[in-house]
Amino acid sequence: MRKKRLSVKKNKFPDKTGHYGDLGGRFVPETLMAILIDLEQELKNALKDPAFKKEFRYYLKDFANRPTSLYYAERLSRELKTLKVYLKREDLLHTGAHKINNTLGQIILARRMKKTRIIAETGAGQHGVATATVCALFGLKCVVYMGAEDVKRQALNVVRMRLLGAEVVPVQSGTKTLKDAMNEAIRDWVTNVKDTYYLIGTVAGPHPYPMMVREFQKIIGQEARQQFLKKEKKLPDYVLACVGGGSNAMGIFYPFFYDASVSLIGVEAAGHGLDTGAHSAAICKGAAGVLHGCKSALLQNADGQVQNAHSIAAGLDYPGVGPEHYYYKKIGRADYVAITDKEAIGGLKLLSRTEGIIPALESSHALAYLPKLARQVKGKKTVIVCLSGRGDKDMGTIQEVLDHESH
Amino acid sequence: MNRIDLKFQQLRKAGKKAFIAYITAGYPSLEATEALVLALEESGADIIELGIPFSDPMADGPTIQEASFKALENGTTVRKILDMVRAIRRVSNIPLALMTYYNPVFHVGDAHFVEAAAAAGIDGLIIPDLPPDEAKELRAACLAHDVANIFFLSPTTTAARIAPIAKASTGFIYFVSVAGVTGSRKSIPAEIARDIRAAKKVTDKPVCIGFGVSTPEEVKAMANISDGVIVGSAIIKEITKHSGQKDMPARVAAFVQKLSSAL
Repeated sequence: MRKKRLSVKKNKFPDKTGHYGDLGGRFVPETLMAILIDLEQELKNALKDPAFKKEFRYYLKDFANRPTSLYYAERLSRELKTLKVYLKREDLLHTGAHKINNTLGQIILARRMKKTRIIAETGAGQHGVATATVCALFGLKCVVYMGAEDVKRQALNVVRMRLLGAEVVPVQSGTKTLKDAMNEAIRDWVTNVKDTYYLIGTVAGPHPYPMMVREFQKIIGQEARQQFLKKEKKLPDYVLACVGGGSNAMGIFYPFFYDASVSLIGVEAAGHGLDTGAHSAAICKGAAGVLHGCKSALLQNADGQVQNAHSIAAGLDYPGVGPEHYYYKKIGRADYVAITDKEAIGGLKLLSRTEGIIPALESSHALAYLPKLARQVKGKKTVIVCLSGRGDKDMGTIQEVLDHESH
Repeated sequence: MNRIDLKFQQLRKAGKKAFIAYITAGYPSLEATEALVLALEESGADIIELGIPFSDPMADGPTIQEASFKALENGTTVRKILDMVRAIRRVSNIPLALMTYYNPVFHVGDAHFVEAAAAAGIDGLIIPDLPPDEAKELRAACLAHDVANIFFLSPTTTAARIAPIAKASTGFIYFVSVAGVTGSRKSIPAEIARDIRAAKKVTDKPVCIGFGVSTPEEVKAMANISDGVIVGSAIIKEITKHSGQKDMPARVAAFVQKLSSAL
């Protein structure tokens, strides 16, 4: 997997029109084109502006608690035998996951653009909480769209968002999950585009969102790379991360893109199993398609209708994936595998038992791949796992699973 | 000549404006859609837009969303819709445009989709989530099969985009009356007359206004400043109201008659 030569020139993706090869792009109603072009320019200006960078860094450090540690998981490594595992501890961030990196970056941008109203979509509620948090931080009006099913499944995060002053709108249309929440957020945006900023939580959506979210999340990989070099005096052999939309994975992969010796592995959700139809593995099992403004891998039927996703981890429960991931897959820069619900629970238990860290169900997918990888490698290898979030939010789900197991 | 171009040529000669009716194919059933197309033609519709139902209709308001989900539940597919179009073509020459989100097109391939649609008797394509910026292949396919490729202008379209969009659009230009989704609203903003004038400065192609037009008064007002008016959600509501009644197509046609006669 490492032998394939890369023909991509430095920093040439996305291209000027927002494409990653033939992926990505802007598939939106005309009404949104002007704001996307505007946003792209504002983002370019901001990324070059020392004042923006300073403000972003300040909040990342003093508010979100960066840098996060790169922790050597000694007991876990001993159990895996062939792997020396480091964990990038995004779970230690304020609000409990990597999502806050992106929401801080985008809220500072939204303020520069003089937008007064922020909207967001959320599945598990983590991005919704991170958005509600930064809106409270800056005193901006916040509306979060959430599928009615997810409102039920993630009741605690709904309470958190409301405490933070956000209006949570349960979405009753379609499958009543994340994709429908995103449809509804886009409908709101297209209607209120003048004063409203749409704060997308993952590396998907129309250009420049995939690039922007990557830019705000790449701090994960930049830190991890430096920290690893300092500790091990070399680069890791593997970097692992879970992939739903793919923001934590892109955040940690991107800074390793040109390190050809580092294998990047994205772990999708196989749900009940890749052959059951009940999964969220867009790259492993989907085909190229267009949803929510970008061309990427998509779960769909023979007629091009979007299929329902399933995962025990609500944050992975999405039928699409960020276009840059599908691009990495196509050019052979990263590999994508899938882990079932059951295996993910195993990953969660493994880390809890060996290291005293309860991971989020999403991150548990990446952890669950470790024993499989450990059996494949020859000799001793080093690996960084992006521990994208903590498991507190999942205790309801875990309790159900444990009850079920004991019966 | 493409039936849409021919229609506008005839209308122009007669000094008339176009009444364009949208219905969701397969709502409440494909048989009903077929009957509706013929009934709407009788009641003064100049062009009919057939909506292909989609799982994620992000540019549509609640009325068309609901119709789309029902049509999908009924098992409506692109193939069945094109079969219905073939049946309509045996008895009618009314210009027909497909309104669809891009994924069902992209999934089978732009060229293949356009070829199949043209062979069935479709005259135009309207794809709300496909701006001309992303439509290179589709435009080539439409050109090759003489299918109109209808693009959108919106109140938020920047001055720099108006000319290229007008140039890319064939058949007519779809002007969105207001930033938002499909469906009726309290009022249509007054700036629209100014926006239409700006578009007319760079193109002599027909410009038709859609989104939120639901009453004879609005039809009249919008037709006065453009080349045609598109009504969708208001017709779907009427279909829903009479759903299950034997004379549903006739009742919907009577409603459309009131709208089209306001032109």
